[in-house]
Amino acid sequence: MTPVVRAAGARQLFTVGVALAAGLVILTAGLGLAGYPPGRSLAALWQGGFGSWYALTSATLLRSVPLITIGLGIALAFRAGALNIGADGQFYAGAIAATAVGLQVGQWPPILAIGVVWTAAAIAGALWVGVAVLLRLRFGVLEVISTLLLNFIALAFVSLMVTGPLQEARHTYPQSDLIAEAARLPVLPGSRLHLGFLASIALALGLWILFSRTTWGFRLLATGASPRAAAIAGGIDTEATIAAALLGSAAIAGFAGGLEVTGVSYALFQNLSPGYGFTGIAVALLARLHPLGVVATGFLFAALEAGAGAMQRDAGVPSVAVYVVEAVVIVVVLLSDAYARRARAAQVMEDPA
Amino acid sequence: MSPVPEVAGGFAGAAVRVATPLLLAATGELIAERAGVINLSIEGAMLCGALGAAIAGVSGGPWLGLFCAMLAGMVLAALFAAVAVGAGADQIISGTAFTLLATGLTGAVYRRVFGSAGSGLSLRTFGAVEMPLLKTIPILGPGLFSQPVVTYLAMLAVPTAWWALYRTRAGLALRATGESTEAAMAAGLPVRTIRTIAVVIGGGMAGLAGGSLVLAQVGTFAEQMTAGRGFIAIAIVVLGGWQPFRVALAALLFGAASALQFVFQSLGLAVPYQLFLMLPYVLTLLALGGMVGRVRAPAGLGK
Repeated sequence: MTPVVRAAGARQLFTVGVALAAGLVILTAGLGLAGYPPGRSLAALWQGGFGSWYALTSATLLRSVPLITIGLGIALAFRAGALNIGADGQFYAGAIAATAVGLQVGQWPPILAIGVVWTAAAIAGALWVGVAVLLRLRFGVLEVISTLLLNFIALAFVSLMVTGPLQEARHTYPQSDLIAEAARLPVLPGSRLHLGFLASIALALGLWILFSRTTWGFRLLATGASPRAAAIAGGIDTEATIAAALLGSAAIAGFAGGLEVTGVSYALFQNLSPGYGFTGIAVALLARLHPLGVVATGFLFAALEAGAGAMQRDAGVPSVAVYVVEAVVIVVVLLSDAYARRARAAQVMEDPA
Repeated sequence: MSPVPEVAGGFAGAAVRVATPLLLAATGELIAERAGVINLSIEGAMLCGALGAAIAGVSGGPWLGLFCAMLAGMVLAALFAAVAVGAGADQIISGTAFTLLATGLTGAVYRRVFGSAGSGLSLRTFGAVEMPLLKTIPILGPGLFSQPVVTYLAMLAVPTAWWALYRTRAGLALRATGESTEAAMAAGLPVRTIRTIAVVIGGGMAGLAGGSLVLAQVGTFAEQMTAGRGFIAIAIVVLGGWQPFRVALAALLFGAASALQFVFQSLGLAVPYQLFLMLPYVLTLLALGGMVGRVRAPAGLGK
């Protein structure tokens, strides 16, 4: 990394640190006002995220897998300026495919079974966004609207699957049977952390190389920065770049659904995603769409959400309160960016040379 | 009496019921977007409105509840405006953040105020007000004109928004701001003030929309009860081509598509209900595909 990039990274890290502190201060004040014991709540928040080896691996790192993976997918699309806000729908498409295939691969060697299930999940995610890509290319429908609408269709589709073709053999609950043992990921001994964590880190490294070392990564950025300039000056087929970015982004989100089914739930049910697609947007944006940054912010949000669970158990604080911390972190970083931009603009005005 | 008028009347009533909160929220979002601000936090403003309505409605009755719903929506929108307009931060990211904030805040406050189980919260709601004469229109009359007062407010909001946008100086200034920030600034318009006001009005209407869910439909609050209706309202603004009456039509179409399930249920067809849940979204996608080139977004939207 060049010194400039490293300095920018350090500055961003500092900003996020300040933002996190601000979020925790506001949380503490809110807890105090609402009459919860702030000290015990914050201790529980820390304990739940980092307090023990089990908390770190089986709560925080486990939770970070879908957030990091979906965040990476969103970063890919957003780099090209394609606003894929339908990651939840693509996640569910992947989860449906992973379950459907995972139920059938009992006789296969695990490596093959897992490989096929993951591939199916990624393809399903891409096919799901294919509708939005088609609508954009053929009819000019903006993907920000179409991917959003596809989320609601996917939710109804999951409900249809778990009460219909994929419902468990007993036909009691709206959920699928467990997938074959061969398709379940190995876990770190003594924890629930599964192999998918390494897969998400590998994906981050792969995307980092793709973004920073290949012409395709440059094409993405150029298209995202200014489609007109990219098309006219760069000779880039921007619509094709956006389509490819959307398909890749959705394949990653579908893969995240496959990871969740093969690593955590082993089955399909409704509400498998507690809004990962939405949190994933925050994760990606906070990391400035940088793949390694996504790993860091995904880890941070996962720790907060893992800690929130403990806060609810130990101090009775509603776990959803942690969304307030996440929101404050995003807003503080936004304000710091806006301030820096203005300071730069003012400097240019004073010193045009 | 044959069941056909009953089914048709029930269908029309259900369509209007589903459309009411969407109509309020979409009209509010339309005002913000015509001023150049895309506000994704109206989903959060709806949630705040719903909780405000529940808290104030418990002791103060539905009218106070509705008023507080509007206030709650305006407060969230004002916070969003301070960041997205005042500080000039990215609108999409700010909107995401404030919806996240509202989700956390309403959930936590609700559990604190009403207890973690949250069962048994039952509010007095607006009863149906029958419009004399209009309700005697055959078939559709009873469905359309025997509705809670909030629905008539939503119906009134549409011509009011049209008049304000197209027939007043303030509306002209607002639309100019949405078309080109630079030109509006050059003309001496207070761009940030105009945008902030538009966003806050939109937030108030989203708050009313959330309040209408609580006070005119379910009579209770549930976490994340808006279930994406704020986002649907944004899609409806696009579907309506950023024009008040077309936006109203789009909201009604969405309501009608959602209400179809009641018709099919009463006909006793053995079709999985999930297909009807999908229908409004599928139809909206198709309708968006069919509108290409016929509508244009405000040129300064999101900038």
